[in-house]
Amino acid sequence: MGRISNRQAICEVLLEAAKEDQDIVVACSDSRGSASLAPFAKEFPEQFVELGIAEQNLVAVSAGLAACGKKVFAASPASFLSTRSYEQAKVDVAYSGTNVTLVGISGGVSYGALGMTHHSCQDIAAFCALPDMRVYLPSDRFQTKKLIQALLKDQKPAYVRVSRSASEDVYDEDLELSLNQAKVLEQGSDLTIIACGEMVSPSLAAARLLRQEGISAGVIDMYCLKPLDEAAVLEAARGSKCILTVEEHSPYGGLGSMVAQVVGAGCPRRVVNMALPDGHLIAGSGPEVFREYGLTGEGIAARAREVLAQEAGRDGA
Amino acid sequence: MKQKLEAAELTKKAHQLRRDIIEMIWQSGSGHVGGDLSVIDILTTLYYGVMNVSPDQREDPDRDRFLLSKGHCADALYCVLGDCGYYEKREAITTFSQYGSRFIGHPNTDVAGIELNSGSLGHGISVGVGMALAARMNGRPYRTYVVCGDGEMAEGSNYEGMMAAGHYKLDNFCVTVDVNGLQISGTTKEVMDSSLLAQKFEDFGFHVIEVADGNDCGQLLEAYRRAETQKGKPAAVIAHTVKGKGISYMENQASWHHGVMTEEQYRQAAADLWSRAEALGMSLDETHYGKEEA
Repeated sequence: MGRISNRQAICEVLLEAAKEDQDIVVACSDSRGSASLAPFAKEFPEQFVELGIAEQNLVAVSAGLAACGKKVFAASPASFLSTRSYEQAKVDVAYSGTNVTLVGISGGVSYGALGMTHHSCQDIAAFCALPDMRVYLPSDRFQTKKLIQALLKDQKPAYVRVSRSASEDVYDEDLELSLNQAKVLEQGSDLTIIACGEMVSPSLAAARLLRQEGISAGVIDMYCLKPLDEAAVLEAARGSKCILTVEEHSPYGGLGSMVAQVVGAGCPRRVVNMALPDGHLIAGSGPEVFREYGLTGEGIAARAREVLAQEAGRDGA
Repeated sequence: MKQKLEAAELTKKAHQLRRDIIEMIWQSGSGHVGGDLSVIDILTTLYYGVMNVSPDQREDPDRDRFLLSKGHCADALYCVLGDCGYYEKREAITTFSQYGSRFIGHPNTDVAGIELNSGSLGHGISVGVGMALAARMNGRPYRTYVVCGDGEMAEGSNYEGMMAAGHYKLDNFCVTVDVNGLQISGTTKEVMDSSLLAQKFEDFGFHVIEVADGNDCGQLLEAYRRAETQKGKPAAVIAHTVKGKGISYMENQASWHHGVMTEEQYRQAAADLWSRAEALGMSLDETHYGKEEA
């Protein structure tokens, strides 16, 4: 288990960067604690803006700050940031091209037991549909750090979703991140698993299980949902018999939908999506919810076996 | 920095700009003419009498910031910015809302002088709070001005922004509400009563200045000068205006929220404007149009 969560990794990067750059501003909606940004607020009170429980105001104020030269990181639970303030994200951030990074904390089913109000299983679809908005779901603390460092270097809008709990380490300190290029973690000729965020680690576990059975499974970390690394998707489609996408999201409009669109247009192959169901989710911790819906190393491997068996059957028919 | 105008010149300038608005609406066959005519005296007073802005200062970090939260009155703002010299006003008038034009129906940053895109109601106050906070953080002396409509005040997001402006005691921030009392479906009182606005702003910590005649540039100028001197509080100027002001058949008619003039109506509008120009003692040159049109 990683020592720190992805949200803490964001705070570490911003604390370091703010020493040199007084234009970095963090804005919160009574969320500094849950975003792990309290140390930033303490260290740089002049570069921290509290907006209270008012997400629309959080995002619009952030856009105003950015329009006057600030590099704003607006952090709020992904559930509210992606719905309550969606129009502000559309108009004041994406359409206006302001230098705001929307940080969706406790994303997906991080707040599993709190119920659907606190889930954000539509945020990938919602934010990817906004013209000029970029969308990232980093898989571990190392990638989160490199991602935030990269986003600090440009001035364009972005949405970053992170989980509440610490994620398993996928990388180490030496990770080199080229923004908007997916990370190919394993090459596989039977199938390729394309995952994002919290689902990368169980996908790697699934690939290991499959390898023990002689199945060659590739794994791609598609942390960049938009712009999607289409070249990496097509390369995977060309190099394997089918694609399995895995995401902590609704089955509609997320990673699976976008990968299927690219594969269908560029290199037709079977694309099977693993996601959360379209409906009321069971209550529980994040890992319990994942287990319920097969979003674990075992569950992903099981689905991969099924898909490959169907493919073999079809070839034989 | 450009020379600021006093009340008498502002009144004439606003009248010239009314003429431009009517011309723009006539040529494009679209636009929110009723609100344009209620807000034009506010815009004229701010751009020519109050704000530290000019085409030469587009990149000046100390320029005042302006947001038209009631973005559907972009038509009026485009006339003002063109008149200020940000671009050829004639281009705005002749291409407004036409295919491929950058002078689209709501303010956007493809047009010089527009600080940020707007158009969806209820955003300006919050975005303006961000701009005013940035001034404070950066130690900049500029002021941020936001103009809203009274129909717009039904949007709940306004009140989040007002709360933050009061909380942070943004005395470099000034909201104007163009209270013309009408919106697309009827009177604001009937549709969704946003009266007692002064009380609402006061409750959120604003210093409120009511302007009895928000189409009187002199009264507006005085209000903005008072707002500038206010310390420790944001300012709200509640300007009571007439929708469709200056065109006889449009005044106080909700149906002219937006509307397309017939040729006869266009001629009547020109006649109304000409009468007013004569009353103001303006020459043909000053009015931008020939008497034969009237």
